[in-house]
Amino acid sequence: MKHRHSHPDQQPDGVSRREFLHRSSAALAGAVAIVLILPEGSAAGISGAEYDWDRHTWVYVIDTTKCIGCGSCVSACRAENSVPEGMYRTWVERYEIPVTGEAFIDSPDGGEHGFDPVTSGMNVGKGFFVPKMCNHCRATPCTQVCPVGASFTTRDGVVLVDAEHCIGCGYCVQACPFGSRFINPTTHTADKCTWCYHRITKGLTTACVEICPVGARQLGNRDDPDDPVNEILATRRVQVLQPELLTRPQCYYLGLDMEVR
Amino acid sequence: MFPELTGFLFPNDVHIHWSMMIVMYPYITGLVAGAFIVSSLYHVFGAEELKPLGRFALATALCFLAVAGLPLLNHLGHPERGINIIVTPHFTSAMAGFGILYASYFIILLFEVWFVFRVDIIETAERSTGFKRGLFAALALGVYDTSPEARSLDRNIIRILAAIGIPMACLLHGYVGFLFGAVKANPWWSTPLMPVIFLFSAMVSGIALLVILYQVAMKLKGVPIDRLAIAALARWLWLFLIMSLTLELLEIMMLAYERAEEWEVIGHLLTHQLSFSFISLQMVGGGLIPLILLGIVVLMGHYMDDRIRNTLTMVSSLLLLLQVLAMRWNVVIGGQMFSKSMSGFRETYVPGFFEKEGVLAAVAILFIPFILLAIFERVLPTFRHLEREEGSV
Repeated sequence: MKHRHSHPDQQPDGVSRREFLHRSSAALAGAVAIVLILPEGSAAGISGAEYDWDRHTWVYVIDTTKCIGCGSCVSACRAENSVPEGMYRTWVERYEIPVTGEAFIDSPDGGEHGFDPVTSGMNVGKGFFVPKMCNHCRATPCTQVCPVGASFTTRDGVVLVDAEHCIGCGYCVQACPFGSRFINPTTHTADKCTWCYHRITKGLTTACVEICPVGARQLGNRDDPDDPVNEILATRRVQVLQPELLTRPQCYYLGLDMEVR
Repeated sequence: MFPELTGFLFPNDVHIHWSMMIVMYPYITGLVAGAFIVSSLYHVFGAEELKPLGRFALATALCFLAVAGLPLLNHLGHPERGINIIVTPHFTSAMAGFGILYASYFIILLFEVWFVFRVDIIETAERSTGFKRGLFAALALGVYDTSPEARSLDRNIIRILAAIGIPMACLLHGYVGFLFGAVKANPWWSTPLMPVIFLFSAMVSGIALLVILYQVAMKLKGVPIDRLAIAALARWLWLFLIMSLTLELLEIMMLAYERAEEWEVIGHLLTHQLSFSFISLQMVGGGLIPLILLGIVVLMGHYMDDRIRNTLTMVSSLLLLLQVLAMRWNVVIGGQMFSKSMSGFRETYVPGFFEKEGVLAAVAILFIPFILLAIFERVLPTFRHLEREEGSV
């Protein structure tokens, strides 16, 4: 794997200054381009090229050591995807693990409005936040159990629901071990994180990655050797949630703890 | 109203997506499978003492099967797309088997009913005039041969259909258990024992239903209740109840004894959220008590007055219908009372009365087969063969 960064110990800081400037200028240029040039509906032009799903395999990396539990990602997701109140395509969990005794876990409103300070008086040894979402598993039970094939995995590795064909039986909701799915009370169909498929196929990133102020979330393309997530997956110790279920999640975590559910 | 929660739940895990309707679905298919097995005990295994119920059991199975899909349809977010399970099944899903199993079982049952009632249909057609004659002539499908050879052929075909029907009934109901048993995300469902437990409890509920319906029907008709038939039903019921309870307990004791990680959730579930429906209803009130009552009937039946035997069997059957309903509830609803975080619970679930998938809808759906059965009885009396013994099936 080719190292793009000159300092190998740079990752904990997340986005380098150069990368930040590069990204923001690109984003600015993109925004200007949208506003000034493109008529509505020609969104493929955002990336400047037609999207080829055979040249993408999406993966997601979550660095729990960076997450500050602000909940911006949950709000951004709700706004971007019209997620109904009380339902979550993504959420943030807080873990407070005392020196001795039981761990305290919470996720009030999915962490959307942040977290109140700990008032339990427990002697917290370690505490951290864990953002959660659909793991877009390779061997996912949710698409397996769909009786009509309305839930499926795209060629670029994203697990989606076709709301026009979903019959709303709820079997996939039961089959998901991560609680990532719900029945949308408006459409009466299964609903879940799409990794903002409508955005990533147009050269943008997901709403949650876009909004995260600390770079705790990253979406990347396995097929692009220069994509920073590939370096993380190649060189860092990553984990997935509930690996014993063998669903092969494609959300990789840095800094996961044994208490994480 | 927001449900009361304890511990940590994944935020999407606070909903009960599989409602009363998904409780009713296995309940009804269980009744079908159980009733069918009773008719097969007579038709295939030659349990002569069940002859009085042979036809009635078949009619019951058909009438309940006719509504088995209704709770599913009512549950779907898009019932208008429900047919897609049959038209465009996605075969990696266990649920996609529904159409094939349901349709083929329905066809077998229809054929068997036709062959069993064929002679009655022809005789009624010949006796009647006008519309009734037309109806029965249509039901006869143009075949009017009631010769001894034809009847003998009928009996052979019925035996074959009933024999095919046994594995089909097991498949149809085992499949329902499989739907739950194969969900690896849910430790309360995920066990290979699940289809087997479902099968045995299906037999229990189906036989119990027949005990009740048979006694009520005989009361209504003023015909004495057949002592041998009740005694036989009580025996079968007892056997299947023993198997059913053993399996239900076995599953839990294995988990508890193994101290499997699932037990942390399930032990709590059974002693808290499900303490009434599991311990009081499924195990004691609906399990242990009928086990004792039926045991008395089976072991001391010789010394027993008919009325006592009938009453004890009746009471046991009522309790068992409740037991199996509780078992379905505990599986379906119980499996959604905890979060997949394995560290949080929803404390209660009370289905609404009037809501789309609520209690009223469940009762209404369960009521339909009884109406169908009454109509069936009007068109094709199921006990007529008792009056006219020779050559009947």
